Amino acid sequence: MNTSMNTTLAEKAATPTFSIAMEERKVAAASSAKAIAEKLDFWYGTNQALKNINLRIAENHVTALIGPSGCGKSTFLRCFNRMHDLQADTKYSGSIMLHPENINLVAKEVDPIEVRMRIGMVFQKPNPFPKTVFENVAYGLRLRGFSGRTELAERVEKALRAAAIWDEVKDRMNESALALSGGQMQRVCIARALATEPEILLFDEPTSALDPIATAKIEELITELRQRVTVLIVTHNMQQAARVSDFTAFMYLGELVEVDATAKIFTNPSKKATEDYITGRYG
Amino acid sequence: MAAVMTIEELRHGLSRRKHLDKLFVVVGLLILMSCLGLLALLFLDLVRDGASRFGWDFLTQFPSRKAERAGILSAWVGTSMIMLVTAVVSLPVGVAAGIYLEEYAPKNWFTGIIEINVTNLAGVPSIVYGLLALGLFVYQFGFGQSVLSAGLTLALLILPIIIVGTRESLRAVPKAIREAAYGLGATRWEVTKDHVLPYSTGGILTGLILGLSRAIGETAPIITIGALSFIAFLPGSPVTGEFPFLNWDWLWSEFTAMPIQIFNWVSRPDQAFQQNAAAAAAILLGMTLAMNAIAIYIRYRFRKKINW
Amino acid sequence: MSTTATTRTAAMGEGVFSSLRYRKHRDRVIELILLAAALVAVFTTLAIVFILVYESAAFFEHVSIKDFLTDTQWTPLFDDAHYGIMPLVSGTLTVTFVALLVAIPLGTIIAVYLSEFATYRMRETVKPILELLGAVPTVVYGYFALLMVTPFLQKLIPDLPGFNMLSAGLVIGLMIVPYVASVSEDAMRAVPRYMREGSYAMGATRLQTAMRVVVPGALSGIAAAYILGISRAIGETMVVAIAAGMQPTLTFNPTEPAATITAYIVQVSLGDLPHDSIGYQSIFAAGLVLMLMTLVFNLIGFFLTRRFREAY
Repeated sequence: MNTSMNTTLAEKAATPTFSIAMEERKVAAASSAKAIAEKLDFWYGTNQALKNINLRIAENHVTALIGPSGCGKSTFLRCFNRMHDLQADTKYSGSIMLHPENINLVAKEVDPIEVRMRIGMVFQKPNPFPKTVFENVAYGLRLRGFSGRTELAERVEKALRAAAIWDEVKDRMNESALALSGGQMQRVCIARALATEPEILLFDEPTSALDPIATAKIEELITELRQRVTVLIVTHNMQQAARVSDFTAFMYLGELVEVDATAKIFTNPSKKATEDYITGRYG
Repeated sequence: MAAVMTIEELRHGLSRRKHLDKLFVVVGLLILMSCLGLLALLFLDLVRDGASRFGWDFLTQFPSRKAERAGILSAWVGTSMIMLVTAVVSLPVGVAAGIYLEEYAPKNWFTGIIEINVTNLAGVPSIVYGLLALGLFVYQFGFGQSVLSAGLTLALLILPIIIVGTRESLRAVPKAIREAAYGLGATRWEVTKDHVLPYSTGGILTGLILGLSRAIGETAPIITIGALSFIAFLPGSPVTGEFPFLNWDWLWSEFTAMPIQIFNWVSRPDQAFQQNAAAAAAILLGMTLAMNAIAIYIRYRFRKKINW
Repeated sequence: MSTTATTRTAAMGEGVFSSLRYRKHRDRVIELILLAAALVAVFTTLAIVFILVYESAAFFEHVSIKDFLTDTQWTPLFDDAHYGIMPLVSGTLTVTFVALLVAIPLGTIIAVYLSEFATYRMRETVKPILELLGAVPTVVYGYFALLMVTPFLQKLIPDLPGFNMLSAGLVIGLMIVPYVASVSEDAMRAVPRYMREGSYAMGATRLQTAMRVVVPGALSGIAAAYILGISRAIGETMVVAIAAGMQPTLTFNPTEPAATITAYIVQVSLGDLPHDSIGYQSIFAAGLVLMLMTLVFNLIGFFLTRRFREAY
């Protein structure tokens, strides 16, 4: 699959045949690409985990990655912020071009730390640092050398508001983030990622460790975030993908089987494997 | 979405942070290597200082007023006998205590107290054990300044090491093995004796050797109970030619030990004796390191052999 | 088993049940034996406390607690005997302080390096070496201090006496570096991977992750390493007995010779003091002070370690 094909799919998605919801969300075929993966391969040692992935990530939209356990969706996600570089003996080939600058995120000469500063990530298990709520959210700013108390406070508040948790923690800024509930911790982690205003925000199964109420809040939040940031989310939960995403990509055995507007994937997938997975035949 | 700072600003800050990172790598490696290097240098110097005294005579002669005729015969024989007592006493007690704490002990305040006790004992300065032994074994029990007193003292000293080693290796035996044996109607002791202990032998042995390697170098408690530094005789041999072939006199004998001998020689201003000290210290060091190497090897072998 | 059962099952049943009764009985006996072994640890502690308090009580019949704590001289073996513990405490604290000045920074940096920067192979090679260094007999370190480090220091500080606390403290510090490094490194390794990932994903460097996330996360474990290191330095005997001199002096100047509590006990033990003499009793009073000092640190260390284990 290549870029032009993706565009065609997006065009299809915009036609009324497939989705009224899509129209409401004003998903335009013209929405520009924030990142484009092309011929991406990835290896753990000699074990090839990703094979020839081609995917276009639409700017200010939510793209969901679904597929059975071990299909490579988390591996793919972690290519975007080069988390694999922390492990020895991993290798990328192909490209993930970040627009508008057109730099290849997985190129050797591109500094993984710079990549991670520009692309935020929220993990499966809420992982706040053993610090206060304030210091957790301020972490990325401090890494960048911000130290003015007022400026930090302003940016922290803005991030916490954006993560829809300001009201719950505004009086608990100096308490340990580890004292919060699981759902609150996860929203603090989202605020932590938002504080540095990343260009893309990656979610790696962000609700799999949370109860249904906390999950609903996070989902609502992701839906709102779409207006200001490009989101890529890995999820086990197909209802979740259907609820929050604009585009859905189905992966299987390290390959990208199909990508399309979410409504199309869930109502009328074009590949048999996608249909089997969605109707619960495996996974 | 507007970023909090421009790419140029971001890159500029990043390059500074990365320099700090590299600086730390250099500093950390330098400190690690200089610590290890300094210690290696000291050990080499020790061997060099003592080199002129190594030889058969050094091992087979008693201490003497003349440095060049002095040897460590009574010291290494004394050390061996003390280690024998220490091992024979500490192994069964330590392993039994470890089994109790790991396999039997219910979780309550009482076993909690035993656990705090074991942890605390591991941190009690060794010279305090010497004071205990002086008051208890030497005077209250009337064992005198003997091999037996010394052996018992060091046995108490290394008990925590053996208990901890035993517990760790018992803990490594998977629950499934225990459940399989219980499922066949075995009692707790049968499960422990037939299944858990055999798999833990390596860990227990490692604990014992590590404990003994600690005991062999301990000086302070033995000085406290009154080891002599000038002994020109050997304790009676534990094995005799006549029925019943065993002789217990050695237990009550006065003694000296390797570390005592080193301490005595180091404290003399005469350089010739200091060379003796270096030679004896190098031999003692060799013994400790060899014991540790064996322990590490056993731990490694058993880890490799057992695949759950 | 009922009498109506067939011979075969009756025999088998009786066999099984009597042997089961026997086995359960045996289990009970063995449990008691094992318990007795575990109680040896408790009795050892009780015996230490009893002996120290019992012999010290005799000492304090001759010496008032006030003199013990306020007199500035410690000369129990002289005709003009003074029994002020402070000179021994000052020596102990000075040596410990010098040792910590070496052990804490070096041990921590080595731990951070091994835990966050070193490759797997490097860590697996260096850690056993550190463990080996911890096993070197202290009398050997005493030799280093007196015959190698002191002569070297005398080149830097010309009027440094042959016996001094500086050299002893430095060597004790070097001696506990492996211990502090190894325990701190264990604590840092126990900080969960997802915590580090959270930091790296924000664009932190290794050093920033280590200093801002891993070290704070492992803080109680690292504190335990320091505290147990302090306890070791306080209780260390042979290095000070060999290299620091045995003259009790009320001083905090590390370039002077002085005695520590442990060195004093060794000094008295080397002589042949009659049982029941005040000199004999004085080492138990000194030992009691030593025990109390280390006990405080050991208990703090124990609870810190436990709190740390609960955290993750």
